[in-house]
Amino acid sequence: MTAPGAARDQILARIRAATGATAAPALQGADAAYAALPRHYLRAHHDPASCDIVDLFAERAADYRAVVERVPASGLAPAIVRVLAARAAAAAAPSAAADDPIAAQDSPIAAPDDPIAARDSPIAPPGGRFAVPDGLPAEWLTAVPADIAPARDDPPLSAAELDQAAGVVTGCAVAIAETGTIILDHSPGQGRRALTLVPDFHLVVVRADQVAADLPDALARLDPARPHTLISGPSATSDIELIRVEGVHGPRTLHVLLAGE
Amino acid sequence: MTAPDPDGPHPGMPTYLGMPAFPAAARTAVADAQLRRNLAHATHTIRAKRAGAVAELADWEQLRQAAKAIKDHTLAHLDTYLLRLEQNVTKAGGQVHWAQDAAEANAIVAGLVRAAGADRVVKVKSMATQEIGLNEALAAQGIGAVETDLAELIVQLGHDLPSHILVPAIHRNRAEIREIFRRQMPDAPAGLTDDPAALAAAARAHLRQAFLSAKVAVSGANFAIAETGSLVVVESEGNGRMCVTLPPTLISVVGIEKILPAWRDLEVFLALLPRSSTAERMNPYTSVWTGVTPGDGPADFHLVLLDNGRTAALADQVGRQALRCIRCSACLNVCPVYERVGGHAYGSPYPGPIGAIISPQLRGVTSPADASLPYASTLCGACYDVCPVAINIPEALVHLRAKVVDAKRAKTLSPERAVFHLSGRVLRSPRLLAAVQRASSRGSRLVARSGRIRRLPPPLSAWTDTRDAPAPPPESFRAWWARTRGTTRGARR
Repeated sequence: MTAPGAARDQILARIRAATGATAAPALQGADAAYAALPRHYLRAHHDPASCDIVDLFAERAADYRAVVERVPASGLAPAIVRVLAARAAAAAAPSAAADDPIAAQDSPIAAPDDPIAARDSPIAPPGGRFAVPDGLPAEWLTAVPADIAPARDDPPLSAAELDQAAGVVTGCAVAIAETGTIILDHSPGQGRRALTLVPDFHLVVVRADQVAADLPDALARLDPARPHTLISGPSATSDIELIRVEGVHGPRTLHVLLAGE
Repeated sequence: MTAPDPDGPHPGMPTYLGMPAFPAAARTAVADAQLRRNLAHATHTIRAKRAGAVAELADWEQLRQAAKAIKDHTLAHLDTYLLRLEQNVTKAGGQVHWAQDAAEANAIVAGLVRAAGADRVVKVKSMATQEIGLNEALAAQGIGAVETDLAELIVQLGHDLPSHILVPAIHRNRAEIREIFRRQMPDAPAGLTDDPAALAAAARAHLRQAFLSAKVAVSGANFAIAETGSLVVVESEGNGRMCVTLPPTLISVVGIEKILPAWRDLEVFLALLPRSSTAERMNPYTSVWTGVTPGDGPADFHLVLLDNGRTAALADQVGRQALRCIRCSACLNVCPVYERVGGHAYGSPYPGPIGAIISPQLRGVTSPADASLPYASTLCGACYDVCPVAINIPEALVHLRAKVVDAKRAKTLSPERAVFHLSGRVLRSPRLLAAVQRASSRGSRLVARSGRIRRLPPPLSAWTDTRDAPAPPPESFRAWWARTRGTTRGARR
């Protein structure tokens, strides 16, 4: 191996020889040229003025097998209780997965067949407690009965504890209507990245005012210094015959409560 | 080919050394009916879906042109942006390493793994680490590498080689995958079926403990943002999230061409990549991280910037467009050649049309395998049509063919060159040409049947082995003109 720094100098020298650049990089030249790049694409593919982008988000998220429910802001806390209780009941009686109450509930937008309930899962939902991050709005959990009271991730739960958790409840930073994507920036109320990754069930609350029409608007709302996770439906793979199947390493059930008008 | 071959190639062999040149490898592949069925099924499935996902966006062409412009601009100012990236990754608590070639990159990674006190790493699927043969290099140092992408796992367990950029096990159907899992995965559930969902669940259970206990993860990156020092991994299964989040040390090996100038550029590339590769509006998971974040994810982050032939490609005015590639694999899925021969025949981790222009540039055109790759195409242009960064692959192929010919010309006199030399002399002389035309008209009467020549003696049989030749006409145009107009000079004068 060459001396430290030698590889860097060699690579930069070869780049400059290849591009005809001078030894001192022209920072301002690059920035001026960057500003002049053609960007004739649309800022949004659906105009928020003529299209209900919150509806669009619900439809697109459900397209990828997320379970999506719209609830009025006042109905959020009861909805959280209902979803958690149903999930806990399913965990307690995994053999009854065929009539999973989450999939069966009467929701206008919910995916017609819960992908997890619809097949014999070789892994039963863990019967542990639900995990919640610090900074979750207190009113979301006030109605949760004691028998399913969630565990706070403070001090941080171990990876093994997260693996045994029944699920996780969080908010989000931004959502994208066009693609049905939820973006976590892992600030308070969303938890560190492992919290929404290791448990098998993720209940996420999206406020209607968090829905952006498309990628450009959504990205502009974020702080790049933070870690981010973009989530579009539950974990999936197309690795077998290029056919999409849900449920690999991430949460196999993504349940979205879309709150507000 | 219903069961994996236990004596098959070494797992994850990086540059497939010793593979025959494309024509020989292709002949074997085309004779494999199961392989052709698997490939045709998979590529046709994804083709129609991709077309639908792309048709949803009215401004696809504008997005594509913007992506091309951003990438070309970045390559033109690559030194500037690499230094900016280095500065911002360092500022955010990461450590940046530079590697000129595979050996340097592998040594850096092995040193970092040992420094972390680990003898095993979990890996996110990464083309760069395939390219440098990282798994083999780590194994030589006593470090095990666990591939966590489902298709990479299938390849690793089957002692097989990847054959597709996005879906390395595309050459395996569900029944074959079930067989590989049953034989090679000790904890495969009894009664495992070939239902893709059951196979995915088996992989989930198999890898869970590896994720939860790993000390070091190795990843690549789809994008590295100079302006912010952020890295982006685009994936589906969640194995990428596991790797970049859970182990305390993360090492990302990233080609120097993966860089984007600014955060906002993601609005273009995240629109193009998922629709082009898996035909989704958005892939299930995208992870973005900037250096280290206290209390969230790895405390130790290393970025290894890899050249390994990229600066040589950059120096080629026509060939450098291959460095725009975002590894979506749309070109593989539409290619009539790839669909029939599969990925292994290309003898490189980069198969298909894009591989045919990347491999010879990264490795040079000196080996028979690399010299044959620019010819592994019908130049139909379907790859160019679907490329989300508008790489003119046919143009680059023709350009590389010229390079192959130049390299040959510098060496000894080949029969091919002798033929062209002779043809040049004949075509320069009207009298010689007329004589040859007369001779071939007469000669063809002996071998042609109903206007076609089906078989010629050696060495001309090299041509007629695989195709018919039309019989030369009884009389050339020039002879006809001379006979009917009475002169070989222009009659108009």
